[in-house]
Amino acid sequence: MASTRPNQLFRNKSAKIAAIPMIVTALFVFVGGTIWTVVYSFTKSGLLPRLKWVGLDQYERLWATRKWLVSIENLAIYGLCMLVLVFVIGFILAALIDQKIRFEDTIRTVILYPYALSFVVTGLVWQWILNPDFGVQNVVRGWGWESFTFDPLYNADIAIYGVLIAGLWQGSGLVMVLMLAGLRGIDQDVWKASRVDGIPAWKAYIFIIIPMMRPVFVTTLVIVVTGIVKIYDLIVAQTGGGPGIATEVPAKYVYDMMFQANNLGQGFAASTMMLVTVALIVIPWAILEFGGSKRHD
Amino acid sequence: MTLTTKLMTATAIIAATSVSAEDLEVMHWWTSGGEAAAVGELAKAFDATGNTWVDAAIAGGDAARAVMVSRLTGGDPMGAFQFNHGRQAEELIEAGLLRDITDIAEAEGWKDIVNPPSLLESCTVDGRIYCAPVNIHSWQWLWLSHKAYEDAGLDVPTNWDEFVASSASLNAAGKLPLALGQQGWQQRGMFNVLFAALVPNDVFLAVYDEKDADVAAGADVSRVFAAAADARDMAVKSTVQNWNDATNLVITGQAGGQIMGDWAQGEFAVAGQVAGTDYSCLPGLGVTEVLSTGGDAFYFPVMKDDTKTAAQSELAALMLRPATQVSFNLAKGSLPVRGDIDMSTANDCMQKGLGLLANGAILPDTAQLVTPDTAEQISTLFIEFFADTSITVEDAQAQFVKIIATAE
Repeated sequence: MASTRPNQLFRNKSAKIAAIPMIVTALFVFVGGTIWTVVYSFTKSGLLPRLKWVGLDQYERLWATRKWLVSIENLAIYGLCMLVLVFVIGFILAALIDQKIRFEDTIRTVILYPYALSFVVTGLVWQWILNPDFGVQNVVRGWGWESFTFDPLYNADIAIYGVLIAGLWQGSGLVMVLMLAGLRGIDQDVWKASRVDGIPAWKAYIFIIIPMMRPVFVTTLVIVVTGIVKIYDLIVAQTGGGPGIATEVPAKYVYDMMFQANNLGQGFAASTMMLVTVALIVIPWAILEFGGSKRHD
Repeated sequence: MTLTTKLMTATAIIAATSVSAEDLEVMHWWTSGGEAAAVGELAKAFDATGNTWVDAAIAGGDAARAVMVSRLTGGDPMGAFQFNHGRQAEELIEAGLLRDITDIAEAEGWKDIVNPPSLLESCTVDGRIYCAPVNIHSWQWLWLSHKAYEDAGLDVPTNWDEFVASSASLNAAGKLPLALGQQGWQQRGMFNVLFAALVPNDVFLAVYDEKDADVAAGADVSRVFAAAADARDMAVKSTVQNWNDATNLVITGQAGGQIMGDWAQGEFAVAGQVAGTDYSCLPGLGVTEVLSTGGDAFYFPVMKDDTKTAAQSELAALMLRPATQVSFNLAKGSLPVRGDIDMSTANDCMQKGLGLLANGAILPDTAQLVTPDTAEQISTLFIEFFADTSITVEDAQAQFVKIIATAE
């Protein structure tokens, strides 16, 4: 046993050497940066980081700030709706395109195109579309429906859904393409077998195909969730956090605190809370997902 | 070598370095028309000394400040940079990143010429001077459109209360009574103006300087919040974002008035309007004629290169010379930091401001009294307050008291 261990270490030497820069980056930049941020979140850092300890003061202030609470609530609403809807829309689009339709390439490109736009462009485009004086409301009123009202970005109660529309428009295409790749990976024999057994198509999708596409779903989930947690540029471009503070999100709170209020400590505390939230979701999931992977080897 | 000869050699070296031409990178956020012209005046004066002004303008104060701070903390300092003097630079000074220019200030006699003295005090930390103030900007102006009032068949108001009273008639005439850009700093600024104008100065100072939460909860401050609620009602249909878009509503007579700093004057000038006949300006809202004396200043980072340091010294000294002050401030529409120069070419509104300055009717700017952190909290409060009419005056005041109580 003892003699085999070094062999293990030096197996695939070139691959391991190639991975060293990434490992170093991950350790120093991500882990190091994370630890540094968490440590300084317990200090009274202003414009510059300073080791003046204040204990949990920054966190107490954070959770007593209305803007932060509104941010969290918005992220929860946006995140849940985005997650559910983007999967449903993406999968349905993929399933429709998978029916061997004509002009598949064209349609796929058209639906994927929004993803090629940055969030800033997406935000501005939808700001105009949802503007009551220029956008949808104006057009519909022009058709003669004078009382038609559709101005989500100007109504504090529903403004976050206006952002959600833009997010869905931008993100659905990517999910569709990933799902389509997953569907194409399903052996045609599975379909033939289900047809022989007389299983309706919708049942085949839900009970056979989707469980078989589990890896694709996991990948997509990770991509979509990270996109949701770090949402910032869409908000800045589309609403600037307004009306009032109705569409504030945690990442924007962090930025505002660090670069406008010159209060790094508060910004660090907020970003640490974001990290904790993500960790609470990701760690149990990672244990479930990868914890038992050794058995397959 | 005697001490005298040593000193003479030293002087000779300094003299030799100061005449050598040097490129100096100067960073600032003056990018609009009038501002760029004002920067051009400074650059021209600096280039005339044989040095070269390398212009590094970044649009938007927030973006510019973030770049400046990261350049400084990253060990790549620029030659000089614009900053609002006040409490923003405190930490940079504490960290030893900024150059102590007390020697220049003493050689040029800044202590005697800078008026009001509070400008130089904001540059001073522990008795040492760290920045060169270049101008005075004041917030406390109400700009009124004569056209809007003519169209509504009213006389132009002469103070805040008349202005509020006129709002119903303006509304009836299809005019927006008060133009207000939907950005936090404008809403906070307007509140601070109401505060400075509608309550006695000692109340203003008790709240912003001494951070007395009891005074902030008192009846005087309630009056300010009531006025802010009036302003909210008057500006409810104002959907513009930028301050100059709001000013444009006043210029074109679509809105009755706007509360904005003296930089708004540049917009009226560009539109060819004449103070007194096309528009009126009421310092201190016509109630308490008082101006706050914020403004811009230049800071000089510590640099390793001696010749650059010498060029910095020349630039610092130059900025407060009478000729530079006149040309710069006329272009920028701001007031000069020294009271001993001839500003007779300035227009009516600027003359009013100069008069108040000469009489000493001045308050420190809130940027000199509260940290950016507190300013941001107050901004957030007023962003909410102006966007959501369901927030009552009492709630808003209670939140304001909380902010003041925890402010440093």
